[in-house]
Amino acid sequence: MAAMEAFDAGIAPHQVSREVAVDIKGLNKWFGEFQVLRDVDLTLRRGERIVICGPSGSGKSTLIRCINGLEVFQKGDLVVDGIPLRNDVKALALVRREVGMVFQQFNLFPHLTVLENCTLAPINVRKMPVKQAAEVALKFLKRVRIPEQADKYPGQLSGGQQQRVAIARALCMSPKLMLFDEPTSALDPEMVKEVLDTMVQLAMDGMTMIVVTHEMGFARQVADRVVFMDAGQIVEINTPEEFFNHPQHERTKLFLSQILK
Amino acid sequence: MSSIAAVGTEHSLVFVRTAPAPSLPPPFASTGVIGWMRTNLFGTPFNAVLTVLIVLFIAWAVPPLVRFLLIDAVWSGSDRQACLATVAQPHIGACWAFVREHLAFFTYGFYPIEGRWRVDIFFAMLAFGMGWMLWLDAPRRGLGALYFFGIFPIVSFFLLYGLPPLGLEIVDTSLWGGFLITVVVAVVGIVTSLPLGILLALGRRSQMPAVKIVSVVFIEFVRGVPLVTVLFMASVMLPLFVPPAWSPDKLIRALVGVALFSAAYMAEVVRAGLQAIPKGQWEAASALGLGYWQTLRFIVLPPALRITIPNILNNYVSLFKDTTLVFFVGIFDFLKTIEASREDPTWATPVTSASGYAFAALVYFTCCYSMARYALGIERRLGRSERR
Repeated sequence: MAAMEAFDAGIAPHQVSREVAVDIKGLNKWFGEFQVLRDVDLTLRRGERIVICGPSGSGKSTLIRCINGLEVFQKGDLVVDGIPLRNDVKALALVRREVGMVFQQFNLFPHLTVLENCTLAPINVRKMPVKQAAEVALKFLKRVRIPEQADKYPGQLSGGQQQRVAIARALCMSPKLMLFDEPTSALDPEMVKEVLDTMVQLAMDGMTMIVVTHEMGFARQVADRVVFMDAGQIVEINTPEEFFNHPQHERTKLFLSQILK
Repeated sequence: MSSIAAVGTEHSLVFVRTAPAPSLPPPFASTGVIGWMRTNLFGTPFNAVLTVLIVLFIAWAVPPLVRFLLIDAVWSGSDRQACLATVAQPHIGACWAFVREHLAFFTYGFYPIEGRWRVDIFFAMLAFGMGWMLWLDAPRRGLGALYFFGIFPIVSFFLLYGLPPLGLEIVDTSLWGGFLITVVVAVVGIVTSLPLGILLALGRRSQMPAVKIVSVVFIEFVRGVPLVTVLFMASVMLPLFVPPAWSPDKLIRALVGVALFSAAYMAEVVRAGLQAIPKGQWEAASALGLGYWQTLRFIVLPPALRITIPNILNNYVSLFKDTTLVFFVGIFDFLKTIEASREDPTWATPVTSASGYAFAALVYFTCCYSMARYALGIERRLGRSERR
């Protein structure tokens, strides 16, 4: 992707700590009779960036939605930031404060201004004073390079701008982990770059990230490991170089041959 | 065509504009009054026929109405003599003298004359509180809400019903009447039905089976029964099951009946609004750590209620007019006081009934139309986020 050339020199080497950010063991989930996740095991250390890819319906979105409790699972263990996630409302509330999420459809609050979108959760969940919340919000809106849009409503922004606001909104809660669920899939082609640039920037700052995406350029450049899923299972986990140049599993080879034509 | 340099022959496929086309004034007949009439009133033959028919209808209906209500109307007088046709004045319009004479009865019903100042204070307090709540940029609206929903109802109750230690004699609710009753029933219904309706709508969408079943049964039962039946049940059947000492006042029973009835309708209106909010909004709020009630308050209810404002208002208007039904259980509301007065022999004239009903129509219309205008204003104001 041409958009990535500016960063092709690669990201400065970063520290992946020994500390575990997310620990998934034997995770199983069913939608009614249909099993969507089968014995998923995955460990993410603090500061690590993982890209999850795979065909549609492979369970990638469901997996990351389990991490902040938007989906419940029936079997297995999931520990986020040291907090075991069971169907326990208190644990869930604690985890959600520390985990930011960016959605494919942005999901901004249309009746609130950009600034209000960003300050709502810090004020009401973190109990931050209004003035301080606004300062924090402006800081992150600057970081995603749209501070001048602070008083507009989401409907007045382009898709790319909306997604950057969504990223800023999540960052305002100072999360320890960011989840991205196909953040560029709903964007017009010429807006993909601005969102990916923002995510690369975030990675350079050392954010722990799990990104579900088909942007292979982004995966190559940013990911520490690439996870390939198919039919609810993890088929292959590898470094980006190995994953793209020497895929091991037949299913991975087929997938890559289809998307990297 | 001189400003365009055609390349090649007459049927050229290539074209480059060398100078912008000049902008000319529009043709005379498309602007101004004539232009407007041409497009809007006489655009097509059908349109023109409609225009003529409507103008004829207005010419037929409006002048007699104006003559009855204003020109031939009798504005003063002390009894029926003023409103009877004489040789000097063969055409008699509305007998406003009758309305003027009975205005106090229309307003207070049988409320004792020496206590009517209490009702006046109630009206003033209500107007003050409503002004505070309805003026959205008013200062200290939190305090206004405390006043309107907390202090005002309690003070009003003792003011209207009585508080002997303070020298306010007890006035039994069977003596209350007229516009006072209409206002009390309507305000109680309007203020309680929305929050109750929201709770019922949430209950109906709840994941908890017990809550869901209770909400669904309540809504469907109340909607399946006419309001008059609810009022009859409240006033006739309840005393059969509850000992008289425990049985609440007749007016309170009617108030509860009206409130629950309109809450059931409101619940369905609110549910439609909740349904229109995409699931992604809930998910985004959850992902940010907002709880259920916070999500409702900040994310879901504001847009859900905004899109249902026309329907909520519709319910309020019909509730306001349905307050007239309380007369079936022996409560003297505004319309009933007019009904009763038009049989007053002192004012028996051919135009008395028409005058009374015209006055009723005027009052109800003024109230309902103001509600409609206010709701429109709110809708516009809340629609800011849709501006591009």
